[in-house]
Amino acid sequence: MVHAAQNMRASDPYLARFEDTFEREGASRGPAWLYPIRKAGISRFAEIGLPTPQQEDWRFTNVAPIGRLPFKPLWAPSDATIKLEQFQFAKLPASRMVFVNGHYSPKLSTILPQESGVQLRSLTEALSSDGAVLQKYLGRFAKADENGFSALNTAFFTDGAFIHVPAGKTVREAVHLMFIATTTEAGAAIHPRNLIVAEPNSKLTLIESYFSTVQSAYVTNAIDEFVVGDNAVIEHCKFQDESRTAYHVASQYLHLGRGANVISHSFAFGAKLSRNNIRATLAGEGLDCILNGLYITRDEQLADHHMIVEHAKPHCNSHEYYNGILDDRSKGVFHGRILVQQEAQKTDAKQTNKNLLLSDDATIDTKPQLEIYADDVKCTHGATVGQLNDESIFYLRARGIGIDTARRILIHAFAGEIIDRVRCEPLREELDRLVWDRLEDNPHL
Amino acid sequence: MQNEIILEVRNLHAGVENKQILKGVNLVIRAGETHAVMGPNGSGKSTLAQILAGREGYEVTEGQVLYKSRDLLEMDPEERAREGVFLAFQYPVEIPGVNSAYFLKSALNEIRKTRGLPELDAMDFLALAKDKMKLLELREDFLKRSVNEGFSGGEKKRNEIFQMAMLEPKLAVLDETDSGLDIDALKVVAHVVTRLKAADRAQLLITHYQRLLNYIVPDFVHVLVDGRIVRSGGKELALELETRGYDWIVKHPEPVPA
Repeated sequence: MVHAAQNMRASDPYLARFEDTFEREGASRGPAWLYPIRKAGISRFAEIGLPTPQQEDWRFTNVAPIGRLPFKPLWAPSDATIKLEQFQFAKLPASRMVFVNGHYSPKLSTILPQESGVQLRSLTEALSSDGAVLQKYLGRFAKADENGFSALNTAFFTDGAFIHVPAGKTVREAVHLMFIATTTEAGAAIHPRNLIVAEPNSKLTLIESYFSTVQSAYVTNAIDEFVVGDNAVIEHCKFQDESRTAYHVASQYLHLGRGANVISHSFAFGAKLSRNNIRATLAGEGLDCILNGLYITRDEQLADHHMIVEHAKPHCNSHEYYNGILDDRSKGVFHGRILVQQEAQKTDAKQTNKNLLLSDDATIDTKPQLEIYADDVKCTHGATVGQLNDESIFYLRARGIGIDTARRILIHAFAGEIIDRVRCEPLREELDRLVWDRLEDNPHL
Repeated sequence: MQNEIILEVRNLHAGVENKQILKGVNLVIRAGETHAVMGPNGSGKSTLAQILAGREGYEVTEGQVLYKSRDLLEMDPEERAREGVFLAFQYPVEIPGVNSAYFLKSALNEIRKTRGLPELDAMDFLALAKDKMKLLELREDFLKRSVNEGFSGGEKKRNEIFQMAMLEPKLAVLDETDSGLDIDALKVVAHVVTRLKAADRAQLLITHYQRLLNYIVPDFVHVLVDGRIVRSGGKELALELETRGYDWIVKHPEPVPA
């Protein structure tokens, strides 16, 4: 037996758990077409396992601590009563879909009346009834084979939001997906899966937030799939404020149609280690895609953003704006790859990553990458790393503003470059206040 | 009885990185007075202004500076500002993302707090600011813009004097405020600075050229050469410099009484 244990591969506990869950415990596999997708996910995971720093895309972010935790997917819904007001954006005028440890909580959720045909539902519920759109899109653009986390999510996802906005429809108030972790178990694994299908000429503002009520070493491993039709207008704001003891890995797959206008924000403030993968495929002509993000880290936190923007068609604009504010011994990672296919002439792609280091021990690894196969394109990228400007601090002080306030004002302004791009006004205002409050709370400034 | 001494510089020696710039400056400025310090490039004029405002990086090796009988050099830059010292910067800094109204309201309320006055709310601040903006002929949208961002050289200088008008300092140090201003803007600025003269305030103009002093008439003119004030006199000294040039002073230094 000892011998067998030594030979056990790192992926075995995950495979065993898959069998236990779906074969022995008989957990709901969903409709018949879904199980093969799950099965393909776990098979892929068996091949590749969790990423290692030997892989170029994971060079700066070592996820070995996640692999060392026991793997405990949370399969049972929680009936916890949670006061939502304690969390950010809970008071915004919005439809709220609340997920506790990855499971939809109808009693905590509030869905506002919608135009006919608009669906805001839990994925599990949608799977049990109306499968046509789901079957068409679930897992279609999310590449489960890309890395072990995506494969695991595909095998184990529990629930999430299914949002379907039919052609020409507008979801008037924002939709807020709140993911709240209450688990105290180390290694508890939460696998949210969201599918957003926005048909041509539809409009949607989506907030996706991650909070916790606990300090434990749980793991969130989320996937979003966005299928955005021609001329659809989408604003997506991901706000990650997980427990500082938790791990957060997420991937957003965006498949964008002709003339679409999409802005996706990522605010990464929480978690001990967070990794956000963004894969945007610009699959139609003349569309606009903005990826906008801000990471604020302290202590030993690590925040990693990894994005690939693929220009597959001509006349598209894509801009990435990412700012980082790093304190203490924390670490930021930014990897932005722009891939321009041969067909994608007249591409206008721009990428900027700016970093503010507030301590001598904070580090940033930033890696812009352009891969261009078309000849008539405009592509630029730039990265900066620096401290607060002494001249600016002196100017503020020379007008009577104390040094701490002066520093906060300048850091807030740096964050403001990103926050200002949030189009949903109440959301923008709350983010602005939030960043200011966090800066005031920071004893180091 | 003579007016209260606002600023007293005693035998000030200072420099940067082992390079001596000021080599024994003496200067007494009383309430109600306007002084001008003139001098050729490299004489130490701007160093004097920077040291008064509290910029880091200068080393004072000898002498002292008293502001209303307090040791100015012991005070942080923000404390100096709150106590009424103001520097109109030669090169105002652009601060993207920091709203001008927010910045100036914060500054004004810090100073008001120190003076024991209640903080101004947004309405009162706006009313006051609009009033002063009109004096400086600043555009309406000015307060909505980021501090100095994208301003022309002249706009930046007018902004400095606008801030001075808002903060009403006891000691205003104007470092080369005339540079970058065309003649019309110079007149506007000079008019406001002159209006801000008061019996309990003092002004120190630092300038290379006499031009500014046609519009802001000083009570005293000092000539700084190679880190020392080599001649002091009335406003006519500026005119004399204008016709004869700094060479004349350099060749005919006349020690000022200590």
